[in-house]
Amino acid sequence: MWIVGIRYKDVTNDPHVQEVSKVIKDLGIKGVNQIERIEVYAITGAHNETEIEKICKELLVDQLIQNYRYTSPKGTLLDLVSEKHEKGKWLAFIQYRPGVTDPSEERIKDGIRVLGIRKVYSVKTASLYIFGGHLTKQILETICEKVLANDVIQVHSTCELGRCAEKELRIYGAPIREIPDKSENSPHPLVEEIHLRDAEDTDLMRISKGWRLSLNLAEMKTIQKHYASEGRNPTDIELNTIAQTWSEHCYHKTFKIPVKVDAERINGLLKTYIMRATKELNKSWCISTFVDNAGIVEFDDKYGIAVKVETHNHPTALDPFGGAGTGTGGVLRDIMGVGAKPILSTDILFFGLLDTPHEKLPRGLLHPTRMMKGAVAGIADYGNKMGIPTANGAIFFDEGYLYNPLVFAGSVGIMPRTKYVRNPQAGDVILVVGGKTGMDGIHGVTFASAELSEETQSLGSAVQIGNPVEEKKVLEGLLRVRDRDEKPLYSAVTDCGGGGLSSAIGETARDLGAIVDLEKIPLKHRGMKPWQIWISESQERMMLAVPKENVEETITIFEEENCEATPIGRFTNTGKLVLRYQGEVVGKINLEFLHQGVPLLPRRAQWEREKFPEPDSQKGDLGKYIKLILSSPNVASKEWVIRQYDHEVQANTIINPLQGVHCDGPGDACVLKPIVDNWRGIVVSNGANPRYAIDPYNMALSVIDEAIRNNICCGGRRIAILDNFSWGNPERPEQLGKLLDAVRGCYDAALGFGTPFISGKDSLYNEYIQEDGQAIAIPPTLVITAVGIIPDVRNAVTMDVKEVGNPLYIIGETFDELGGSHYYSVRGFIGNAVPTVRVKIAKANMDALIQAMDAGLVRTCHDCSEGGIGITAAEMAFAGDLGVHLELGLVPAKMTQNDKILFSESNSRFIVEVAKSSAIEFEQLMAGTVCVKIGNVTKARKLIIKGVDGEVIVEESLNELKEDWQSTFRW
Amino acid sequence: MTVKTIVLRVDGTNCDVELVEAFRRAGAQTERIHINELIRGKHSLEEYHILAIPGGFSYGDDVAAGKLLANDLKYRLHKDVEKFIDQSKPILGICNGFQALVKAGFLPALDSRREQQATLATNDRALFIDRWVHLRQENRGTCVFTKSLASQLYVPVNHGEGKFVMEESNIHRLEENDQIVFRYVNPEGELAGYPWNPNGSVSNIAGICDEHGTILGLMPHPEKFIHRYQHPFWTRLSASSEFIGWLPLFRNAVDFARRRFL
Repeated sequence: MWIVGIRYKDVTNDPHVQEVSKVIKDLGIKGVNQIERIEVYAITGAHNETEIEKICKELLVDQLIQNYRYTSPKGTLLDLVSEKHEKGKWLAFIQYRPGVTDPSEERIKDGIRVLGIRKVYSVKTASLYIFGGHLTKQILETICEKVLANDVIQVHSTCELGRCAEKELRIYGAPIREIPDKSENSPHPLVEEIHLRDAEDTDLMRISKGWRLSLNLAEMKTIQKHYASEGRNPTDIELNTIAQTWSEHCYHKTFKIPVKVDAERINGLLKTYIMRATKELNKSWCISTFVDNAGIVEFDDKYGIAVKVETHNHPTALDPFGGAGTGTGGVLRDIMGVGAKPILSTDILFFGLLDTPHEKLPRGLLHPTRMMKGAVAGIADYGNKMGIPTANGAIFFDEGYLYNPLVFAGSVGIMPRTKYVRNPQAGDVILVVGGKTGMDGIHGVTFASAELSEETQSLGSAVQIGNPVEEKKVLEGLLRVRDRDEKPLYSAVTDCGGGGLSSAIGETARDLGAIVDLEKIPLKHRGMKPWQIWISESQERMMLAVPKENVEETITIFEEENCEATPIGRFTNTGKLVLRYQGEVVGKINLEFLHQGVPLLPRRAQWEREKFPEPDSQKGDLGKYIKLILSSPNVASKEWVIRQYDHEVQANTIINPLQGVHCDGPGDACVLKPIVDNWRGIVVSNGANPRYAIDPYNMALSVIDEAIRNNICCGGRRIAILDNFSWGNPERPEQLGKLLDAVRGCYDAALGFGTPFISGKDSLYNEYIQEDGQAIAIPPTLVITAVGIIPDVRNAVTMDVKEVGNPLYIIGETFDELGGSHYYSVRGFIGNAVPTVRVKIAKANMDALIQAMDAGLVRTCHDCSEGGIGITAAEMAFAGDLGVHLELGLVPAKMTQNDKILFSESNSRFIVEVAKSSAIEFEQLMAGTVCVKIGNVTKARKLIIKGVDGEVIVEESLNELKEDWQSTFRW
Repeated sequence: MTVKTIVLRVDGTNCDVELVEAFRRAGAQTERIHINELIRGKHSLEEYHILAIPGGFSYGDDVAAGKLLANDLKYRLHKDVEKFIDQSKPILGICNGFQALVKAGFLPALDSRREQQATLATNDRALFIDRWVHLRQENRGTCVFTKSLASQLYVPVNHGEGKFVMEESNIHRLEENDQIVFRYVNPEGELAGYPWNPNGSVSNIAGICDEHGTILGLMPHPEKFIHRYQHPFWTRLSASSEFIGWLPLFRNAVDFARRRFL
């Protein structure tokens, strides 16, 4: 093994060192006064010095800014360190854990081959830091744990120069090709029979736990009974397949089971509420809802829009970068899984409070700041590299997300309607396409049904490493295979997500049957057992069902994209899923039992609302509260995040997330124009508000209203919505009771607004078990994604005020409902009355507003949401860099206190700017709705608000307001 | 006969579709071609008059942005690219394409030496950045892409490794040779620091050409602003103001190729 070390000639040009030194300072770690970094490449292969020189000069080193050193196979890491004889310096060495696949390895190997050097077995990348200062082992270890390394995927070692032991400098040179056999003494069969027959209840649960199946006793007993009727025991692969299919992640049991509340019995939350709304609305423009990888609605008569939102919470808690990144990768594959081309990513994130003291964190838990930075970087890395714009999202902070951060990754795709097929036939060949299968992400799905604890924090195998370029190749190949002829070359396509191939094939074979030869699946490492191959959740893989006559052409097309497509079996009509390994049958599963055998036991739902103290009304100057709210992390500008996401790639983004004269105002939605030579557009927005979780019914109404009104702000209509729930353990009646309230709200709002649900997903069991056994649940969290269309994007509207002298109107009435508001929050209160939605009136107002927009009468529109009228007006003003003057006395409201009118977060309200010359026409058009002129745009760059008695209650300069809003995340 | 443009893509290219569209609007017959098709002889560079290398993350930007693609150009397509250049056929590298041209030594190629003389390093702030920036057109007539282009233009940058670095003496030579094409400026048209210079580029350099002016590389994305509604605050602009963005740049290349080669 040759070891190459690369270092910046001038360390101040090494951006990683600059970032590390900043974070160390931010954390208050003392003693460091010098940091250097060496990029390490460990290359295994038969090379002489000439070849290594060439690899350095022609590939690895940018000689304008970097120097390099290398050592012969006899040397050590220390030979890379020019200051190795200096006293008092420390090394920190960070490398991937053995077994973790470094996605860049294959591409660097290819890069070496391009140079004409053929023999190269492995390339490992690592980082070596050299620290100077007054340091101890303890300080170095802290820096590694908190800044440099993530122990889930990396190992680190530290030592003082001159005292480094060999083991501290060890490089895991060759990748692990062989999975070590843990039970060395016993013979190790390929397939194990799981002895369910005659097993007692405790044995069944021991088996479920031992195999990490997350199956409960009733489910284990059902499986026991089923196999008893077949007169045998299940094999490990069979039991694992059932566990994957029956997992909460794949089967959504909680939304299907009967729910008992008082004397009432509800037959499944999904059917009774969510899907019923869609069914009753019966919209002709819904093409596919709830059955496929993504919901599909009409774009126009030629194209369809595919939408999906997924959660990826547990993986993100362990490895924010990899977890959030592969969350994006996974939802993009859902879009590809209906044959659509992704044109947008959305991301809604929830973290603990950023000022959480480090000493409050349990061991192994990453700090919210690090989680946020990691998750954002992961999303940016995946989306940017795939070339999908990320142009809509939100970030929330609450102490309830300290242990369980949430990541909702969404994607929107476009597809010709004639290319949507799902018609697999017996005889069709099963192709697995894309990345190889490895040990990464085994049991991710059943893991998602378990609470996090200190133990799971160190559970590395559930972590997945993303490789966006691999997925991009799959996408390129897939679109070509789709468009090769009039009909796609495949008869069905689906992604390998949760449950891996077991889910993808098991689901597609549902009404058919299938035979799979597991040894044909391309693997990352040797020695994987059949069950591991079958349920691995390695990323960037898809499954295609391809009629025999198209197989060769399909493989050729993927091959031209440097993407592997491998036949691994075929569909049959036997109703059985037959799994073979080197000719031997290792599993034979009855598909009817697999898909319909899960016992759905009723659960009880019950909870009671808590009562919280109400604050007094504040009089006098209210400007200080506007500033406090603007600078609070939930409202403050997220520009630091947004700019890391490419929101312009594909060149279809018509309305950006950052709006206004300085491109920094907070947009309500994004607008895309996906088809060349067609002005029709797609409008995407979201709604979420965990502060309203004290009243889940009104929270559901509110966030649906928010998603819809954000959409309308930019000109969207004919809106479809998606629901994503992240909740605590639904086996507790309190959690299920809150969930029931929320889905009831979902039904009422969807039906009232005429916005069908087209897809949804849930992530439950978001709890953390403390050492004392107590469970901490996240706040019940509902994210709504709204997808509308706009007939002509040239009529789209933004939120920045445009012209001095224009009148400002408020649409919608303001009520005394400040429970969960930001105003109460910055004063340290929660309150009780969460805003509700008066759906009928709201809908009439919104319909009229859209008409006014289409008539070209609306110059600017921004919704009143977090922080109420005060915050909305401030944002509109500084985004347009013009003053705003408002009079609260004119605001249609049910109360008279200035602070309540200013900060109430009543739903369904908009502030609208209309050109002076269009005012009369606008007022006529809005007649019969709640729409009142409350102020105007002014030249003086100030926000001035007069109270109900005409007194000035807010007078703030735009510069100061904007500074408060922006400084929180000026990282 | 029409001008033919090849938009070259490899694993991880992702701004190819919009680049095809820009050349299509500029009047060229434009094809997206995977490098495998050139290497395997399904197509040849000779069929085309303009070579355009789009943005994206070729091969994941492993090792360094554009480096593996640069070696593709240098080692796998070397003769064809050299011939293309020697025939004075225009080459345009945007973002990742620019990084590759620089790291392969095709830009700036001072003294006609095709070896790496400059680099595009990680942004000073070490993060990917998406931001609209102002560019000042600096070229005095050498570059065939910029004739009659406005003196100051608005354009998005979308990159993590866009800091142009070159020895100071060589920057003087770029100026002397009229090889500097675009500089980052503030709205007033003056050289300025972050955020106007989004990545810390030396001498605010955003784009350069070779000595003959037929090879242009730049970090910003002109192909993402070819109609009015791609402007980030078009909703503020009066309907009368004329906005065609960067289309002239592509037209210039097509016109040049038409005059020269058809």
